[in-house]
Amino acid sequence: MANYRTPLSRARGLGSAKHGAGHWISERVSSIALVPLVIWAVYGVLRLAAGDYGFAVHWVQNPLNATLTVLTLAISFWHMQAGLRVVVEDYIHKALTKSGLLILNLFVCGFSGALAIFSILKVALSGGAF
Amino acid sequence: MTDASRTPREKPLSPHLQVWRWHITMATSILHRATGCALYVGALIAAAWAIALAQGPDRYAQFKSLLGSIPGKVVMLGLTVSLFYHLANGVRHLVWDTGHGLDVKSANASAVLVLAFAAAATLAVWGIAGMTGAL
Repeated sequence: MANYRTPLSRARGLGSAKHGAGHWISERVSSIALVPLVIWAVYGVLRLAAGDYGFAVHWVQNPLNATLTVLTLAISFWHMQAGLRVVVEDYIHKALTKSGLLILNLFVCGFSGALAIFSILKVALSGGAF
Repeated sequence: MTDASRTPREKPLSPHLQVWRWHITMATSILHRATGCALYVGALIAAAWAIALAQGPDRYAQFKSLLGSIPGKVVMLGLTVSLFYHLANGVRHLVWDTGHGLDVKSANASAVLVLAFAAAATLAVWGIAGMTGAL
């Protein structure tokens, strides 16, 4: 009897295609990156809290500060999106509610992260408010 | 003969709050998730800082006075504890991922270490903040 099933259909559902651990690995890699970035950010917040607007603009205009701030924001928003995703997946079992919250989480992190990074770049490149 | 009061055979349960007594490794696990959620809010506050900075001196001063108020400081203190806790416990998880420190004795010891680090680092940072005029 002829077999009409393709090799793909036989392989599906049998296990890893070498990408199943992607979410797990991305959480670990982002957390490794955040260890030094977050320690640096605490130092940055301490300095910024003691200064005024002029100091903050000057601080952000430093290329190293601007780069590290953008990296900290980008990786933090990525990491927290991945983290809250697991929380939603663990506790919310209604399919539509779960999908809705996962999309909301992604959009909130994507939008606020992009807005924060754009704001830093604007100050870094233009020297603050126009 | 039927026995109405017969208790059903105990089925295995996954550990959850109502069936497991509190112990330190359970507390540190729950705290990791709780502080992660708190830091989600913290990151949104950091984003608000960047946006306020881009909006100019007035908005920036407004934002700083909001964070410098008593409720603002309480939130910042909570975020400091959450950050140092999540940082230290995150490193603890990374060590576990290498296959080390997974036995009960080591896990209990590292739990105490993580909690002590979070408290000590928070005190140190707020001490420095007080001395450098950041408060």
